[in-house]
Amino acid sequence: MKTQRSLPFGTGVIAVLLVQAAASVALAQDVDFSGAWSPLYHEDGPERLPGPELGDYTGIPVTDAARLRADSYDADRISVVTEYQCRQHSADYSMRGLATLRVDSEVDPATQRRLAFHTRIGFQAMERTIWLDGRPHPPPEGAHSWQGFSTGVWNGNVLTITTTHLKAYYLRRNGIPSTPNRTLTEHWMRHAEFLTVVTIIDDPAMLTEPLVRSQSWVLDPGQQMGPQQCEYVTELPGAAQLVPHHLPGTNPWLHMFADEYGLPYAATRGGAETLYPEYRSVMGQPAKPPPAQCDVYCICSTLFDCNRVPGTNLLGGRIPGVPVGGPARAVAPPAAAAPPRTSGAAQ
Amino acid sequence: MSLNSRFLSLISIAVTTAAMLAPTVEAQTRRTAGAAAAASPPADNVRVLQVRPNIYMLSVGGSNVTVQTGKHGVLLVDAPLPSLAAATFAAIATVTPAPIRYVISTSASRDHIAGNESVAALGRTASGPGPALNSASNAVLLGSAQGMTILAHENVLNELTRATGTDAVSRNVLPTSEYFEPTKDFSFNGEPVIVYHMPNAHSDGDSIVFFRSSDVISAGDVFTPDRYPLIDRAHGGSVQGVLAALNSILAMTVPEAFADGGTKVVPGHGRLCEETDVAEYRDMVYIVTDRIRDLIAKGRTLAEVQAARPTLDYDREYPSAAVTPAMFVAAVYSSLVDEKVAKGD
Repeated sequence: MKTQRSLPFGTGVIAVLLVQAAASVALAQDVDFSGAWSPLYHEDGPERLPGPELGDYTGIPVTDAARLRADSYDADRISVVTEYQCRQHSADYSMRGLATLRVDSEVDPATQRRLAFHTRIGFQAMERTIWLDGRPHPPPEGAHSWQGFSTGVWNGNVLTITTTHLKAYYLRRNGIPSTPNRTLTEHWMRHAEFLTVVTIIDDPAMLTEPLVRSQSWVLDPGQQMGPQQCEYVTELPGAAQLVPHHLPGTNPWLHMFADEYGLPYAATRGGAETLYPEYRSVMGQPAKPPPAQCDVYCICSTLFDCNRVPGTNLLGGRIPGVPVGGPARAVAPPAAAAPPRTSGAAQ
Repeated sequence: MSLNSRFLSLISIAVTTAAMLAPTVEAQTRRTAGAAAAASPPADNVRVLQVRPNIYMLSVGGSNVTVQTGKHGVLLVDAPLPSLAAATFAAIATVTPAPIRYVISTSASRDHIAGNESVAALGRTASGPGPALNSASNAVLLGSAQGMTILAHENVLNELTRATGTDAVSRNVLPTSEYFEPTKDFSFNGEPVIVYHMPNAHSDGDSIVFFRSSDVISAGDVFTPDRYPLIDRAHGGSVQGVLAALNSILAMTVPEAFADGGTKVVPGHGRLCEETDVAEYRDMVYIVTDRIRDLIAKGRTLAEVQAARPTLDYDREYPSAAVTPAMFVAAVYSSLVDEKVAKGD
């Protein structure tokens, strides 16, 4: 008679659970972000859609160096200096932009493990690879690019991405600069149809503490992403050696933001101390009272909102009983004529 | 199911489980190792970065040496520091067995030129000239007629031969071939190599080297993205010349697309760069110069200009003991005062 000995009760169940657990671990460390995504603007709409006001450094823990560089910034620089005309956004800025995002996944055919995510953002064909295979970053002397070099590791179901080797760019479109020495850390989180990306920028030369921001995206599988091409054009004769900028103390636009919104000027100058609620008790009073009616980017979650003339609806029609407030965006220069932006001699 | 078959099943499950977990663990281990490698500074002082299939940038103790390789031998733009010469030659040997045939010295800066003697010594023995070119010992002979050339602008030779005392250099450091026209070109390894004189920039003897097929520019010390420009006023350098040199480089560079990629620029010190990196640097020099010019127009002395800190917003981006903000401001100030005097203002 053959004796059949049984294994202790439950051994098979445990084995099955082990297999399931292994599969779960694998899944938990590997969320698929593949797909087409559209950006949402419920966060920082005015900054991201029409663009930040000149002199608005709020929310940025700028150093004195960054503040001076931003005060000197003249937006003509990115058109007059032809080398900048076609540039992409850098990876830390592009996630806050207006273009759609596509994410493709690359897997090892043998193991089916994910090797990388490839992202493309529609504006200026911003393509980035996020390596998941553990490769090291290039050495410090390696070339920089707009998208930098990105590697990712899983923290549970959050993908944490580190990006280095970025070219110098700006943190905010009004000229707050970033240096090529910065590091970008991202945390990618997917909740069904929504993607949230938290970005953390460390740039000690320009920031006294890390700059933390977040952006959200919604799955948008029907979108089309066309090819991109850019060719620079010279916009001013003889401008090849001209670098527009404002000499210290001569930028006439720096008070515009504070005046339009009725804010204390000091509060618009940024810095870590202005980021926290306690600052409200010491920020002082505005030089001018707030306008009776807000007419600059007051309701701004889409481009239509941002460009809407107060008193009109999204289609441009008048809203009965509401006065039309004139141009939504006041662009009148300061009363005094702007002084020459450069001495013009360093050409 | 028999005991054996159950046992085998369990082993099978365990193996399967391990196999499923293994890639995760392995990948995580590799990621950690990669992160550690990224975070750790390189231990050696000579690092090789491939720029193109036949062009390398050697980071040698903070200075850069450009290496072009091919069937005709090795061409160097600038030589390593003598103390790192052996390590540099060993690094070159890892990418090619070919002998060194050319050194182009971009200026008379001792950190770029002192190693010429070490290169020359490759072809010498205690009893005189070493073995013939292309021998197994990788030896070379000094002098263009004998197989190796040290090329520089004639002002480099003039400065080096005039130098006395602690500035004096060995004759083996001196260029064996000089040029005095705006450019000099030749073909090496099947590639046009064009040497451009950049007048009165870092010094009065600066050259930049354009590898035309490879689309690589070796810029020497007229472009140093890890520090402010070192303007050697005692030897003809000026900020106006630095700006002109940077603009010349910008005129030669072409990005591949969207202001990215394309022409590579090897600086005298600092990371490998492209057009927009040069543009950012040029802008910095331009803006600081403009600020100092404005202060001079207001009658400020050098001390007052330095106290005004016209480089405040750039100081942490270009930190270097070799060129402090005060040194840079002084050189710009002096350049502009000379310009003012020359104009009779």
